[in-house]
Amino acid sequence: MPNDLHIALGLTGAGWHPAAWREPDVRPRELLTARWWLEHVRAAQAGFLDLVTLDDALALQSSDPDRPDDRVDAVRGRLDAMLLAAFLAPLTAGIGIAPVVTTTHTEPFHVSTQLATLDFASRGRAGWLATASPSRWEALHAGRRELPSGEALLAEGAEHVEVVRRLWDSWEDGAEIRDADRHRFVDRSKLHHIHFEGRRFGVRGPSITPRPPQGQPLILATQEGLGADLVLRDLVVFIDRSDAEAAERRARLDAWHPFDARVFTGTPSALADRVAELGTVRLLPAAIPHDLRAITRELVPELQRRGLFRRAYEPGTLRERFGLDRPANRFAA
Amino acid sequence: MRQIHLAAHFPGVNNTTVWSDPASGSHIELESFVHLAQTAERAKFDFFFLAEGLSLREHANRVHDLDVVGRPESFTILAALAAVTERIGLAATLTATYHEPYELARALATLDHLSGGRAAWNLVTSTDALTGRNFSRGGYLDYDDRYVRGRELLESATQLWHSWEPDDLVADAATGTFLARPDAGAFRYAGRQVDIEGRFTLPRSPQGRPVVIQAGDSDAGREFAAEHADGIFTRHGSMAAGQAFYADVKGRLARYGRSPDELLILPGVTFVLGDTDAEAAERAEHVRREQVSGPTAMVFLEQLWNRELAEYDPDGPLPDVDPIEGESIIAPGSIPARSYTGRRQAVADEWRAEAEADGLSIRELMVRKAARQTFVGSPETIAAQLHEHVQERACDGFILVPHITPGGMDDFADRVVPLLQERGSFRTEYDGTTLREHLGLASPWPVAG
Repeated sequence: MPNDLHIALGLTGAGWHPAAWREPDVRPRELLTARWWLEHVRAAQAGFLDLVTLDDALALQSSDPDRPDDRVDAVRGRLDAMLLAAFLAPLTAGIGIAPVVTTTHTEPFHVSTQLATLDFASRGRAGWLATASPSRWEALHAGRRELPSGEALLAEGAEHVEVVRRLWDSWEDGAEIRDADRHRFVDRSKLHHIHFEGRRFGVRGPSITPRPPQGQPLILATQEGLGADLVLRDLVVFIDRSDAEAAERRARLDAWHPFDARVFTGTPSALADRVAELGTVRLLPAAIPHDLRAITRELVPELQRRGLFRRAYEPGTLRERFGLDRPANRFAA
Repeated sequence: MRQIHLAAHFPGVNNTTVWSDPASGSHIELESFVHLAQTAERAKFDFFFLAEGLSLREHANRVHDLDVVGRPESFTILAALAAVTERIGLAATLTATYHEPYELARALATLDHLSGGRAAWNLVTSTDALTGRNFSRGGYLDYDDRYVRGRELLESATQLWHSWEPDDLVADAATGTFLARPDAGAFRYAGRQVDIEGRFTLPRSPQGRPVVIQAGDSDAGREFAAEHADGIFTRHGSMAAGQAFYADVKGRLARYGRSPDELLILPGVTFVLGDTDAEAAERAEHVRREQVSGPTAMVFLEQLWNRELAEYDPDGPLPDVDPIEGESIIAPGSIPARSYTGRRQAVADEWRAEAEADGLSIRELMVRKAARQTFVGSPETIAAQLHEHVQERACDGFILVPHITPGGMDDFADRVVPLLQERGSFRTEYDGTTLREHLGLASPWPVAG
């Protein structure tokens, strides 16, 4: 079945509502364990969702963008999403795995080789949710005192993404030849210096890692301007059997911790209407496991009944799932 | 009886690795890493070890294509291995020069959390200008600044790993208390090269501090290890050199208030097994010739001569032209090429004399010079030698480098390890769950319960 509807799932701690961790079905001491994340990625996989994004930043969560908020009543703490993605790769199949990695405080060389390795380890299921980090507080973690803002921050991020892409292409497919008679392990005419000289990054290359299975792992963003393959539209969801129940649950969580965000509250059927309209969406469950379970066990079957959503993973890579070709290599003759 | 510690080194991108062997598999696919790590875990090894190289090797301005080229990124591989292994330690070589402290400390702490306390960092520093051109830091650090950078990276990472108290993570839903205090994870480190402050994102990890290994043989490196490290990765594999190194390094610990058991000496060694010593010797000769083909012999020669010698035949005599003295032009990123600086003519004269006296061709001489085989023999012979090296205090264990990927440790696991176990010098089961426990190292601080 051609699948024009694409559902990404955004995973973070116990969900996107800051009080969700206090719900009785959460094991809050496990939020920073491999087991917690594996359980929920496998749940998303059982619902044949396109991919999961693994939330991250080089800073603790804070309700204040400029400084730590010093709150002790909300989830604080993060695993490195790239490593978490790698941990999940051999334990999953079918589902795409896209860690959040900032372009503001990382080296494109490391990010490129990490994503290529994730793509090998997951057999073509690697994605990257690229973000630019405007926080001056986060910048101090990286020792960065001068930080661009607005368009300049995005332009710097786009330059990072461009370097990552060129490094993926710095090995042509089939560069490893293992010609024992001529003693050549690689055909070095298929390895390329990228000689990138930008405003922030200067990178010579080639990469240390061969071109990954997808050629270019799928690059996602939640805003324009970073040069991603796909810009995601986000929707925070409270899903219950009735509108009243969903609204009531939201009110109960808001009483613990106010949550100032545009959210969907309602039934699986109403959400199915909304998702069908949007076509491609990243659903952000307000509370995990409750809203994740509603997505995989109620929303997905509803969409399947309507003939709008897959009943099994199609073979192929994550790019192919989104109808994107394996890109030609810019350096290939 | 002194206990042996063993680590499995994934074969590297140098001529030790014989990729032309029909049994040689991928250096990129996860399956190869899983095979070696699970083999080592089955044999109850202490840890699995990855080297690092952040640029492709170049020779005479071209990518060096005679050895394995290409490798995956280490953190990604070790995190994936954490998912498919249970007990074995997972060690990454990470240069202080091209990793940043907050990211590095967070990645290692994440690996320690994901693996239940099995993370290790082999700390090195880099001087390679080619690698610098892949990073915004650029260039390279001079000798003194390298050690400053290494020290500051370790000190700042240590501060980050220590920034959460063991009981800071409360996560009590009933009272709505997630953190014990508002400033959990607060840190500030102001050094010459590292100047960071803020809040760390991870609670104290199972080992408290991941195991820190230091690779570096200079006086400054030994002193640094004596003060800070849990282990040293050395190249002194022979009994005499090992004992001298062992006595020197262990003797430095007291001045830092540490006991000799708190720093393990682990030489990187190779091995060639056979059913008998004679068969192993024959096989070793074959491996040496595979490791040093004619073209590889010419590259080794050019590293010393510091010029292209394409017109010479590897099966003929040594060149009659003289080396070009000075810094390495032919391979600026190569450590061996650089190591000859200042003594190129003298070494060339020695080599010429030796080749002439023994009637050796270029390749024959290079096979002899480049041989890195530490232990050659039957399983009984090798087990006896390993046992003796540890009992006689030449080292505390070994980082074993197989020459075939990924099956090069299979025979060792099946045939040598049981003999060590019979002698009572190697574990038959893991006693603990963390790498620190395998290595008999205490955690420097209390860890979360």
